[in-house]
Amino acid sequence: MARVVVDVMLKPEILDPQGQAVQRALPRLGFEGISDVRQGKRFELEVDGPVDDAVLARIHELADTFLANTVIENFTVKVEEPAVGAEK
Amino acid sequence: MSLDTVENAAKTPDVELPWAELGLKKDEYERVVEILGRRPTGAELAMYSVMWSEHCSYKSSKIHLRQFGEKAPQSDALLVGIGENAGVVDVGQGYAVTFKVESHNHPSYVEPYQGAATGVGGIVRDIIAMGARPVAVVDPLRFGAADHPDTKRVLPGVVAGIGGYGNCLGLPNIGGEVVFDACYQGNPLVNAGAIGVMRHEDIHLAKASGPGNKVIMYGARTGGDGIGGASILASETFDDAKPSKRPAVQVGDPFQEKLLIECTLEAFAEKLVVGIQDLGAAGISCATSELASNGSGGMRVELDDVPLRDSTLSPEEILMSESQERMCAVVEPEKVARFLEICEKWDVIATVIGEVTDGDRLEIFWHGEKIVDVDPRTVAHEGPTYERPYARPAWQDALQADDANKLPRPSTSDELKQQVLALVSSPNQASKKWITSQYDHFVQGNTVLAQPEDSGMIRIDEESGLGVAIATDGNGRYAKLDPYHGAQLALAEAYRNVATTGAKPLAISDCLNFGSPEDPDVMWQFVEAIRGLADACQILGTPVTGGNVSLYNQTGEAAIHPTPVVAVLGVIDDVARRTPVAFSEEGQLLYLLGDTREEFGGSAWSQVVHDHLGGLPPQVDLERERLLADILISASRDGMVDAAHDLSDGGLIQAVVESAMLGDKGARLIVPDGLDAFTFLFSESAGRAVVAVPRSEELRFTDMCGARGLPATRIGVVDGDAVDVQGEFALSLEELREVHEATIPALLA
Repeated sequence: MARVVVDVMLKPEILDPQGQAVQRALPRLGFEGISDVRQGKRFELEVDGPVDDAVLARIHELADTFLANTVIENFTVKVEEPAVGAEK
Repeated sequence: MSLDTVENAAKTPDVELPWAELGLKKDEYERVVEILGRRPTGAELAMYSVMWSEHCSYKSSKIHLRQFGEKAPQSDALLVGIGENAGVVDVGQGYAVTFKVESHNHPSYVEPYQGAATGVGGIVRDIIAMGARPVAVVDPLRFGAADHPDTKRVLPGVVAGIGGYGNCLGLPNIGGEVVFDACYQGNPLVNAGAIGVMRHEDIHLAKASGPGNKVIMYGARTGGDGIGGASILASETFDDAKPSKRPAVQVGDPFQEKLLIECTLEAFAEKLVVGIQDLGAAGISCATSELASNGSGGMRVELDDVPLRDSTLSPEEILMSESQERMCAVVEPEKVARFLEICEKWDVIATVIGEVTDGDRLEIFWHGEKIVDVDPRTVAHEGPTYERPYARPAWQDALQADDANKLPRPSTSDELKQQVLALVSSPNQASKKWITSQYDHFVQGNTVLAQPEDSGMIRIDEESGLGVAIATDGNGRYAKLDPYHGAQLALAEAYRNVATTGAKPLAISDCLNFGSPEDPDVMWQFVEAIRGLADACQILGTPVTGGNVSLYNQTGEAAIHPTPVVAVLGVIDDVARRTPVAFSEEGQLLYLLGDTREEFGGSAWSQVVHDHLGGLPPQVDLERERLLADILISASRDGMVDAAHDLSDGGLIQAVVESAMLGDKGARLIVPDGLDAFTFLFSESAGRAVVAVPRSEELRFTDMCGARGLPATRIGVVDGDAVDVQGEFALSLEELREVHEATIPALLA
């Protein structure tokens, strides 16, 4: 079993009100030196069986059509093997 | 490309610029060169291209829109007319109301949620730019076939976007329409309207006068969103759209907009503002050139001072960006500090980006170099105008000859009943509750009427009960059959809807949605519709206060039905006197006002039962509409009617079923002499309403109608728990409600 992670972020030129709200809150809470914050979404998909090119292509397709709104968002897909000992 | 300065442009006349990619035609580009006496810089080209786009310059429509001014009826109510951010109407007691309807069609197709949300944001900024506090929004919507899969993508996003943005601002959504027709498949229409209230003395106009006054940008930072939106996205059909480097979609932030509202109104209240402009399509290009050319003429802007979200933006992109929630104000130097203080209080970023000069040039600097040096009038007001060729389409005669009155009619009572059920459950006639319940109707606590009433109504003065009503209508099927009369019918219906609730219609705003003006057929529809509207406004005494034009609503050869959406604003002295749609008490007498003829062209019946569009739309009699409105208003004021519902698509049966279901009271109907049951139930003759009169008022009411020459026919009584057409059929309210309310959730939920 492998884990595939899809990270979805608003495209850089798109306004991110949530990220801005976080950024504005930081100095109030005493965290200085952060000039910008952008907030995204992370999906962790547990895949049955080996992750081959066909599976990845399928995940790309599902991310493109469902997980991300590609009009305003970009996404990346990466394979993450489960850490040793993670399975108990 | 290194920085293209004015100096550089003068020295390098032969540099090729991407004018075609920016949407300019060859002769338009040559005209820019002629105006400047040299080639434009990249930044100047960006400005001219967005400001001369169809969306901003109205180049195809301008010569026709003039009729709204030339034919404007004399009206004491009009305080500010066409040309400002929004028109302003006097509603009495020292109050003025500003309202406007605009389109956000293409963006809402590409990205339904954000497109519709930013449409609400844009129209609300138009209202605050006039110095008014926004109090309500309305949303006339048109989608493709209700059962088409793409409608299921577009509609929920649009509805959620409107609801989300409006709810965050705390604005009630009180009206609008939802119409389905296959002609809107690739081109849904998302129109948005807003109403604002102010005192007479608080009206503000967009201009920049007084050399030395500072130009302040406030609100959101400028980012790379929506670049090219104005010139490419909103002006050309999707087939032609060039891939742009950056997405043309904008994301809005309603909480930022709420701060803008409060901050702007506070600055107005302290009289800190000389001129103001919201930033919508064409962003800074539009705001600076319009402010300057409406004022004394000169302005100097330091583009480096514009707060940016993305430091890599080029000056051209900054000029074209359509980032949302931004405004531009002109402020006297000694008041700048206080203005900035107010902005800071509301957590709104504000920066002085330039000043008004005594010259007549708009000069923009970047890194100390002059990159724009233009006469602002040539950018904002003296764009190209086209007299596009137009001609009555070759197919128009055949369409009109295909008479809907000749379609087979129901031959038995049972068939009539089945057709009534089919009608009230069809997507266009079915309950839109699933959609409208996603909006907040009552926030702020001043909503008197909202969907599904004939018009939305808002109380504006708590002591006197003074209120305003607004209704929007536009039947594209009628307009397709006859654009001149179709446009008049749109106006007549909205006018009637306002009067039905007891408010006196004062003025209109229109949003004209059409296909490509480069098609002579479409252009003819457009010209006819404007002529029809302008003529009708003269007779009804309702001036056009503003609105917008949305062209190129077509994919390939197929244009949408011509869809002039008309919003009518009315005033009511005391909202307690309003007339609702619902039947409220058994024994109320039902009267049909107006004349019923065999008119089925473009009707809901012809669409639902026969999937047919042909013939002529119902006759227009504007004098009759005026008389009907007067009677409805008098009856409301003097308490002579308990309920009233205008008759439009779906005819009498649709209206009676709606009133019965809303009040949970049935009705017994008697087919009047001289009419057959089918015509009585389904005809869509204009200038009609059904009213419920308490028995005690019957004589007074019929005397009034008789004295003024309005036909009033007694057609039945409020009674029981069914709609019972005597001698034909009866349908229980339960059965009606089930089919009426099930359709939309089944298709879209």
